[in-house]
Amino acid sequence: MADIQAPAPGTFYHRPSPEEDPFKAKGDTVAEGDVIGLVEVMKTFVEVKAETAGTFGGYVADNESAVKAGAVLATVES
Amino acid sequence: MTLEIIKPGISTTIQDLGRPGYFHLGIPEGGAMDRLALRSANLLVGNPEDAACLEAVFMGPEIKFGADGVVAVTGAEMPMTLDGEPREAWTSFEVKAGQTLKFGFLTTGARLYIAISGGIDTPADLGSRSTYPIGALGGIEGRAVQEGDSLPVGSASGAAAGRSIPEELRRHPSDPEELRVLPGLYWDRLTDAAKASFFEDEWMVASEADRMGYRFKGGRALDFVEREAPFGAGADPSNIVDGCYSYGSIQVPGGTEPIVLHRDAVSGGGYFTLGAIISADMDLIGQLQPNTTVRFKRVDMDEALAARKEQSAVLEKIRSHLG
Repeated sequence: MADIQAPAPGTFYHRPSPEEDPFKAKGDTVAEGDVIGLVEVMKTFVEVKAETAGTFGGYVADNESAVKAGAVLATVES
Repeated sequence: MTLEIIKPGISTTIQDLGRPGYFHLGIPEGGAMDRLALRSANLLVGNPEDAACLEAVFMGPEIKFGADGVVAVTGAEMPMTLDGEPREAWTSFEVKAGQTLKFGFLTTGARLYIAISGGIDTPADLGSRSTYPIGALGGIEGRAVQEGDSLPVGSASGAAAGRSIPEELRRHPSDPEELRVLPGLYWDRLTDAAKASFFEDEWMVASEADRMGYRFKGGRALDFVEREAPFGAGADPSNIVDGCYSYGSIQVPGGTEPIVLHRDAVSGGGYFTLGAIISADMDLIGQLQPNTTVRFKRVDMDEALAARKEQSAVLEKIRSHLG
């Protein structure tokens, strides 16, 4: 199992916009480089990308929660 | 000699000590958010203190060196590797042509300063290489660095690698942090209750925290003394007839969320400013991450000047240590 970590401190979002579904649901296939969430900081949205392929294990950090750089946001099972 | 940007991070800009002298025309001084960290990085690699460096916020860039040189990284704490080998911050180290510098996750602080012997040698605008994106001045065509940019580097002085700044002279932010405030021109717009609550409450750095200003949330809203709005001022009690802003001045639009103006700030506008962060604490703001707890502490002019002296003494110690 691999952790996906926050690239920067800020607010973590599961969804591309409030009206849309989360980027991934538990059990979804994940390819390397897939976007699984966004971290907002300084009016900028930084894409959070999976660094390994596998199956999405779920979000660890809550939607709209404050996260520090390096915090575990989600997991990928290989 | 060149530096190649493999990955730019979130916002990595070329900064020096800025372009003073144009604020009355609306062009901010700009320059490093943490000036002491930039000066330190330059001194470590034998550059003039005002040479241009890379300022990276929250995420480090990935850089490939085009020739041999000496590099130093100061400011925020972020682990780094040169071709996979760990390197120490606040310490100069050698780089060889073709080597790549990479960073891990930010631990404390917010902004990294990466100095290279010779300094970044992009063209200066109004006497400075500092990037001011809104005015398209300095940097690379007035913008932050991007993937694939190749940055020119000047000639090095030949300073040695392995020089280090002692731990006690490195400034690290803590959480909670304290910022000292000198009340200003419009302080009397606030009620006595608001004057007290501003200093009593805990505030948190909001995610809207950038080179133009730092926003704070979480304290009680501030109430204003009743008045008849002067001609030219808006109806909101936080409005004034347009006035000048200073670096570090604290405006509170609508009385809710204080904003501290920083290096790339606007020079004037129609919000009252309750006072200013003292100059000695401005570098520290540049190292605050979102969600850091902050308390504002009231000081008078004597205390502000004493704090400035203390800051200058730290710089003197760094100079003499590396001299």
